Parts: sequence; structure tokens; C-alpha cells
Amino acid sequence: MRQLAFSDFVILFNSIGITLALAAFGLIFGALLGAVIAMLRIAKFRVLRWLAMGYIRIFQGTPLMLQLFLIFFGTAFLGFPLDAFPSAILGFALYAGAFLGDIWRGAIETVPKGQTEAARALAMRYWPTMFKVIVPQAVRVSIPPTVGFVMVLLKSTSVAALVGVTELTQTGQHLNNVIYNPFAIFGAVALVYFAMCFPLTVLSRYLERRLVQQFNGSGIPRTSLLTD
Amino acid sequence: MLQYHFQFGDVWKYRDMLMGGLVQTIWISIITIVVSFVIAIVLVFARQYGPKWLRLLIATYVELIRNTPFLIQIFLIFFGLPLLGLRFDANTSGIIAMVANSVAYTLEILRAGIENVGRGQVEAGWALNLNNFRIFRLIVLPQAIRAVAVPLSTQFILVLLHSSLVAAIAASELMSTAQIVEARTFRSFEVYLVVLGLYLALSLVFSWILLALRRFTMRWPEA
Repeated sequence: MRQLAFSDFVILFNSIGITLALAAFGLIFGALLGAVIAMLRIAKFRVLRWLAMGYIRIFQGTPLMLQLFLIFFGTAFLGFPLDAFPSAILGFALYAGAFLGDIWRGAIETVPKGQTEAARALAMRYWPTMFKVIVPQAVRVSIPPTVGFVMVLLKSTSVAALVGVTELTQTGQHLNNVIYNPFAIFGAVALVYFAMCFPLTVLSRYLERRLVQQFNGSGIPRTSLLTD
Repeated sequence: MLQYHFQFGDVWKYRDMLMGGLVQTIWISIITIVVSFVIAIVLVFARQYGPKWLRLLIATYVELIRNTPFLIQIFLIFFGLPLLGLRFDANTSGIIAMVANSVAYTLEILRAGIENVGRGQVEAGWALNLNNFRIFRLIVLPQAIRAVAVPLSTQFILVLLHSSLVAAIAASELMSTAQIVEARTFRSFEVYLVVLGLYLALSLVFSWILLALRRFTMRWPEA
């Protein structure tokens, strides 16, 4: 068995791009979906609210690994087979959509009802009320948990290793199969993830103090800890 | 579109195996929840009242666990512990990894609850000449747990969902059982759809039980 060489760490380092791409694409599509889910979740029609709630329940109530498996095999069976990488992105987007939708719904609900009523009194319609009055105030509250979720998503991309995407974690697995040195290899992998996630954690905490706690007062986040 | 014919019959043949996996998942989740809750309570006391080096050590541990993927932690424990002369089977390694992970999250939630308890409560304890441990056990902890009961329940459900990841080291639970059934029947979509339903049902049942538990333990009026 050969020894761990510097070139192995280069291989490891090169796979970071795939991990970042998974997180970035998952986040972009997930944010679009999340905005829709949040709007459906507070829609006037009950059926739409139920649909959004069911969606959130399913994606928050089942393991991410299983969601990725189902999407990978499901798309093939439904007649449009996807490679591991795009199917993983689809999976992360659907997953992120549920969580971001729930976070943003929570943020919108922190805006006092008087704001909506004042807008009604000024004869504003639903969408102008939403986008000119409610959402601008909700954004402030939603930023810290959103940053927190971005960090969770980045961490979760490691699960893509199990559906065959050669990102950071799977590269680590491959290396460890060739050169059995788990502490050095997975230690290095963990360190890379830590270097990416920790700044986001610190940022989220800082923003939480800056933007939210001055209104909230307690140290307990108001939004769901599911994002953590 | 949809020329595919679902065949759940093959999955049904393996129902006993899947039920076995389900029971395993419930079992390892409950062990993890109970053990990590107890350890987190002990550590959060040390984290708040211990000597400075110990506080720093625990805080570092929490940050390391919370900012790295669970899957990497599983690999480090499963492949790493044997090098230290500790040989465990996949199931034990899986549970050790789950506990190591859950302790960090539970501890952080408890800490948020503890910091939410008013300073006056602790001072009242001093006035009654209670020592730090008794103040913690009798005054601070009950109020802290009450304050963070909901995030704690969420964390416990996350333990259940994250338990699926120990399938990566072939520990026996629902997800790995599903993979075995898939390999035998080639009915991947059907198998995973059934297992998705099982996990969903399980997480709903868990959240109902936790809700009932919260209502039961907190039925007395607010202190």
C-alpha cells in the first residue's frame, strides 16, 4: 500500500469546485422554488396552503439521502434519465425549496398584521401590499436563518457522494480506499468543510444579533431550528 | 411519459425485512436521543460552570461537529477508531457517530435555553445558599428545557432522519435494508417510495409522541 502523497491532497482540493457547484445551483433553484412555496403557504386559498404544507412536510420529514435516491431513480423511470450531478442538483433544489419556503413564511408572519391592514386602508391590492410593505420588512428577519441554511446546504452536499457524485466527500472515500489513512484524509476533508461552513455560521450569528435580537430580545431563534 | 408499470409485489415479498429495518431505525434513534440528551446535560453544565480550559474544549467540540458534515464524522469514526485499537462493528460505530453528532446540537440548544433563564433566578439560588450544581439542577435546567422544548423535539426528529446516513457504512437500519431489497428485486423506485412513506410516517409519529411528552411534562403552570 502506498503512502499518502502531496498530489493526493491536490486531487482532494480539485473536488471542492463540484461541492461548491452543487451548493450554488441547489441554492439558486431552491431560492426560486422557496419563494413560490412561501407565497403558496400564506395564500388565500386553503388548497394552495395545504399543497405547500404537504410539500414542506414531505421534504422536512424524510431523509435527504432518500430524496436524492428517489429523484435519481425516479427521473429515469419517468422517462428523462439524468446523470448523477444534475439529479443531485434537482434534489438539493427541491430540498432547499422546502426549507427556504418555511423560513421565509416564518419571516413574513413576523410582520405585524397592522401593516397589512394599513396597506388595505390605503387601497393597496394583494401583490403591491406583499412586495412594497410586507416583504421588505420580512427580509431583515429572514437573512440570519437564510445564511444559516446556506451553511446547512453546503454541509448536506456531502450526501451527494452516496448517489455517485464525485465531490469532496466521495473523493475522500476513493482516496481512503486506495490509501488507508482515514485520519489524514477525512481530517483534511473535514477541515475543508469547516473552512467553508464556519465563516457562514459566524456571519449568521452576527446578523442574528445585529438584525433580529434587538427586536426579539431572547437568545432563542424564532424561526424553526430545523434549519440547523 | 409513464410507460412504467409499478410493481410493488416484489417489495411486498420483503416486508418482513423492511419491518426489521424500521424497528432497527427506531431503536438506534431512541438510544441516540436518550444517551446524547444525558451527555449533553452533563456537558452543558461543564460548559457553563467548569474551568476555562474545559469550557473552551467543549465549545471547540461543538463548533467542529456543527460545521462539518455528519457523513464525514461517520467515516472518521468507522475507519478511524480501529486505528486507535478500538474495533466496533458497523452498528456500534454508527451509534457512536450519531451520539457524538447529536450531543453537539443538543448541547447548543440547551445552552440557548440556559442563557434565556433570568440572572435573578440564579441569584435567588445563591440567596438560598444552594451550590452551583443544585442551582443548575433545580432552577436553571427545568426552565431551560421548558424554553427550548420545541427546538429540542426538532433535533430529536433530525436524529431519526440522519440515522439513514449510517447506511453508508452498512449499519443495519431502514435505509440499508432498502438498499439490500433494491439489489435483490431491481425495483429501486418502488422500494425507495415505500421507504419514503415509512420515514414520513415515522417522523410524524415521533413528532406526535414528542408533542404529547411536552404536554405531559409541562402540564403544571408556568413557574
